[in-house]
Amino acid sequence: MLDDFFVRALLAGVGVAVVAGPLGCFIVWRRLAYFGDTLSHAALLGVAMALLMEVNITLAVFAVAALVSLLLLALQRRAGLSSDALLGLLAHSSIAIGLVALSFMTWVRVDLMSFLFGDILAVSRSDIAVIYGGGIAVLAVLAWIWRPLFAATVNREIAEAEGQNPRQMDVVFMLLMATVIAIALKIVGVLLITAMLIIPAATARRLVSGPEQMAVVAGIAAVASVVGGLFGSLQWDTPSGPTIVVAAVCLFVASLLVPATFASGRQQGGK
Amino acid sequence: MLKRQESLVELDGAGVSRAGRWLVRGVSLSIRKGEILTLIGPNGSGKSTTARMALGVLNPDEGTARRQPGLTVGYVPQKVSIDWTLPLTVERFMRLTGNIGKADVEAAMERTGVSKLRHDEVRSLSGGEFQRVMLARAIARKPGLLVLDEPLQGVDFSGQIVLYELISKLRNELGCGILLISHDLHVVMAATDQVICLNGHVCCHGTPVAVASSPEYRQLFGDRAVPTLAVYEHHHDHVHLPDGRVRHADGTVTESCHPGDGHHHDHGKDGAKEEHGHA
Repeated sequence: MLDDFFVRALLAGVGVAVVAGPLGCFIVWRRLAYFGDTLSHAALLGVAMALLMEVNITLAVFAVAALVSLLLLALQRRAGLSSDALLGLLAHSSIAIGLVALSFMTWVRVDLMSFLFGDILAVSRSDIAVIYGGGIAVLAVLAWIWRPLFAATVNREIAEAEGQNPRQMDVVFMLLMATVIAIALKIVGVLLITAMLIIPAATARRLVSGPEQMAVVAGIAAVASVVGGLFGSLQWDTPSGPTIVVAAVCLFVASLLVPATFASGRQQGGK
Repeated sequence: MLKRQESLVELDGAGVSRAGRWLVRGVSLSIRKGEILTLIGPNGSGKSTTARMALGVLNPDEGTARRQPGLTVGYVPQKVSIDWTLPLTVERFMRLTGNIGKADVEAAMERTGVSKLRHDEVRSLSGGEFQRVMLARAIARKPGLLVLDEPLQGVDFSGQIVLYELISKLRNELGCGILLISHDLHVVMAATDQVICLNGHVCCHGTPVAVASSPEYRQLFGDRAVPTLAVYEHHHDHVHLPDGRVRHADGTVTESCHPGDGHHHDHGKDGAKEEHGHA
């Protein structure tokens, strides 16, 4: 069964989706969309490093993404610049350094497009193993730190006063994101990873009233996007990564049509 | 008797400076079980900063802050804004930092009068409702130390009276120490054991009577605040009555005031205990 490239693609995509949904909720809640972008741009630098040093791409991407997130934390504490300026700085400098480094490696024939937009149909068995191994690890850690992470998201000060450690949560969360970006790179590519994290979570938002529910619904929405997108790309012969994202967007639009069951007091903008 | 117990939290000459300016410095305080300590002072006098040092959210830049190891804290911060994108019902919010049993959640919500809001989204609450939920959340943790920073802002007047009474009952029920920050001078003075008057440093410190009659207090709050002392005496008597409803008539002090009973702020704890006996 695994011999079929389409089945491998489905398995890999579902594996990433199940993780991206719940983690994406935190990205939406913590307003880290741009941070996700920064990490995925850094992924390209990771790719360049991997090719340069001839190491595993997933590992190199994880290492660079983790490094960039820790760098961001360090720079934030030193202040001076606002977070979004720092993120822009890190995102674009890492993608630029990555592209320059790649162009130096004349001996490497890289299909840049496959890193920018993913190459899910070329997923191998070992890719699947990496995705499921990494995915299970991320989900396990996320479940383990769920309550303190959510508490720190709602209100840092209360969480800290009541005996939790929001700073530690920040670091763990960033490492989880780095992991997901590393394993999702092959599925949707650098430019669209953030979409896989955010759109399913945004879709879930209207349908739920609790954080745990939202994580589950976001996971389901992400899986549905992957399945729908892959079949769509097969049907219409479109690039699979972007088609998955289009499917996710369609689901989001559909969620807007669902009558808001709990929408009382929800008039946009809230408080 | 309670005085000899170890402090739940203790600040010793503690101060915080930011950008070369001392937000507050030289604060020494200690809170024991069953004791209410109130911080008063004008805006920017360092009340919240002091509370945050006591909680360990801020580390003092000078002096020391010490908490009893393993202390359970319930905290109601001054300003909380819940991001409206968060899907969060009141019930889930009650369990924010710990998995609290259903019965405890319900009991705490009942006491602050928000039981009917259980399934509402947090962001749909009014300011006063939200403060009540915040208080309920802190209580439901059965804390050893309760830190309340302007806990009743936005709560209607009669609600404030009931809730302040609840707060003063809690110290006996939970056996917790309470650090309270409030602007409602006369209400605060009623139920508190110690008052610290801050203005970037400790202006004066002592029992409510001692503080209210000190010249520093007059200077800080003006002569208009001095009559709160008189109101305080009445309030205080009321606190010790078994019946909470007496408080309602309180804004305009009524019959329940027996001048002969007054002036017994030292008996705060005994009085409140009696209250339980009757309840």
